[in-house]
Amino acid sequence: MATQTQIPAPDRRVPVIAPGHTFSTITDKISNIVLKRPISLGWIFGFLIVFSMMNVLMMCLGYLFVKGTGIWGINIPIGWGFAIVNFVWWIGIGHAGTLISAILALLRQTWRNSINRFAEAMTLFAVACAGIFPLVHTGRPWLAYWLFPYPNTMNYWPNFRSPLVWDVFAVSTYLTISLVFWFIGLIPDLATLRDRAENPLLQKIYGLFAMGWRGSARHWHRYESAYLLLAGLATPLVLSVHTVVSFDFAVGIVPGWHTTIFPPYFVAGAIYSGFAMVLCLAIPIRSIYGLKDFITERHLETSAKVMLATGLIVAYGYFMEGFMGWYSGSQFDSFLLWNRFHGPYKWCYLGLLASNILIPQVLWLKKFRVSTGWLWLISFVVLVGMWLERFIIVIVSLSRDFVNSSFGMYYPTKWDWMTFAGTIGMFLTFMWLFVRVLPMISVFELRMLLPEAHVHENAAEEVKP
Amino acid sequence: MSMTTSRDVTVYESPIEGSPSYGMMAEFDSAEELMAAAHKTHDAGYQKLDAYSPFPIEGLAEAIGFHKNRVSLVVLIGGMIGGISALALQYWVAVITYPTNVGGRPYFSWPSFIIITFELTILFGGLSAVIGMLGLNGLPMPYHPVFNVPAFAKATENKFFLVVFSSDPNYDAARTKAFLASLSPRMVAEVPS
Repeated sequence: MATQTQIPAPDRRVPVIAPGHTFSTITDKISNIVLKRPISLGWIFGFLIVFSMMNVLMMCLGYLFVKGTGIWGINIPIGWGFAIVNFVWWIGIGHAGTLISAILALLRQTWRNSINRFAEAMTLFAVACAGIFPLVHTGRPWLAYWLFPYPNTMNYWPNFRSPLVWDVFAVSTYLTISLVFWFIGLIPDLATLRDRAENPLLQKIYGLFAMGWRGSARHWHRYESAYLLLAGLATPLVLSVHTVVSFDFAVGIVPGWHTTIFPPYFVAGAIYSGFAMVLCLAIPIRSIYGLKDFITERHLETSAKVMLATGLIVAYGYFMEGFMGWYSGSQFDSFLLWNRFHGPYKWCYLGLLASNILIPQVLWLKKFRVSTGWLWLISFVVLVGMWLERFIIVIVSLSRDFVNSSFGMYYPTKWDWMTFAGTIGMFLTFMWLFVRVLPMISVFELRMLLPEAHVHENAAEEVKP
Repeated sequence: MSMTTSRDVTVYESPIEGSPSYGMMAEFDSAEELMAAAHKTHDAGYQKLDAYSPFPIEGLAEAIGFHKNRVSLVVLIGGMIGGISALALQYWVAVITYPTNVGGRPYFSWPSFIIITFELTILFGGLSAVIGMLGLNGLPMPYHPVFNVPAFAKATENKFFLVVFSSDPNYDAARTKAFLASLSPRMVAEVPS
């Protein structure tokens, strides 16, 4: 029998970086967006819109501090209203950033190098938006520091057995680690900006944050260790954060909350909505700032595939909820299922099934994965669907639990809606500023994708005596 | 005043006559040239040298004789401190100083303490990775003699540099300069201190 020689099939996929780039062109293209590109009228106009939305948030919070949480639609039995819905939604969106920066780094997925910077920024801004909600939901946010253990004259300590206290630790750790991860990723690029800026004030500001980075081989060696270890630590962290958020529900006994599937189902949902947000931001940014060489079709298609996969896990979660409603034989669980399909909020549930399960199935077709318009639209639908999922979990479960006499309805007020819209404004305001003041793509990690960045073994060997 | 060698290497004289020098710098065009030069310089007996590149190059640190990297040890210690102190705090609060009877369950209900222990392990470990990396690298250090060479601004863009420090026992301004020039660099310059 003849021996067959295996010839590796050529990689027909679109490359992660367009051909013809050198270290200089990559550096120029990305740093010029920050240093050279004039501020356009479109940027100013957009900024005015999102900044006014952010001010709506400030106004809502100001009024809230004066009047209290009575301005919201919350009541008994529905004590967790929009605040918790939005908190869970925003923190879920943040998860894609850490997934891209940490988990894909450990898996050596090189395509992450061009989207990790702004995905991490997205994480930070989303977690900042999320953090507002539980804080103001406490009713007296000026006493929120009581959640942290510190010696005090009241001789009081937090109850460490409470999922709400776990949440404080999980979310604040997540914010801190995301911030330092993002910052150490930025240091070498800040040094690039320092060396390229012509304005002496900018040189000083970028120089201050670059901390004197000079690209020494010793520094890079320790830097890579630290980066890898941070990625290793952030990987279980990101999986734990939404798990802990799901414990806020799963530890309670309310039908629709008290299930063991919640942790994995919440994490998958978080990554699902996070990738939808990444696509919603990446598609316009790459065409406005001419970054199609670095954020290629390959990135969009791969993100769409991740979305499809996590969407199927979420669909499995919905299916299991339905199955358990029937199989458990618990009348409360089966009523919950009936209530979702036939109760007063049935349009939310049907909308959720359509936007999270039905519509994203078109991503099986390559045509929809590579068409930016369709992909943007599907991502937007998924974001709406994931928001509806949190609405269903929080509000529909609370509205009808065990006893008919305690059934109720929740109607969001204009303050609920304005606060929610305000956080979207805050998120976009931060994004708007970020793309103009920091390199939105990691320059040094893109340089590493070029073939000339790799030293061949024999080059080092032949100099040996 | 400058002189040229075979491959049009510009060799600059010391900018200030008789000033103490920090070392001798050579500039290269590619990662491969820098790697080869780093190996040759190290093999020639120079101990105190450093290489600079716009991105991490695998094996470069080893080529200049840098093997010890204590970042992972710092992270291990930091993570353990975080985990142990979190568990100790929860034990002290729940059992000793503020015991709360919840449905007759034991005060030391450790399964419910796992999450905060885990989170603080990650928090302390992650912060030690950052602070340890910066601290061991001696950063922040806004001023460094290598920045005095104007061409070094390209070290964060597309050029590669090798510096032999004057503290090296084998360092001799003229001989080191000639040696670096023989590695076919783009230029050789003395780094003023």
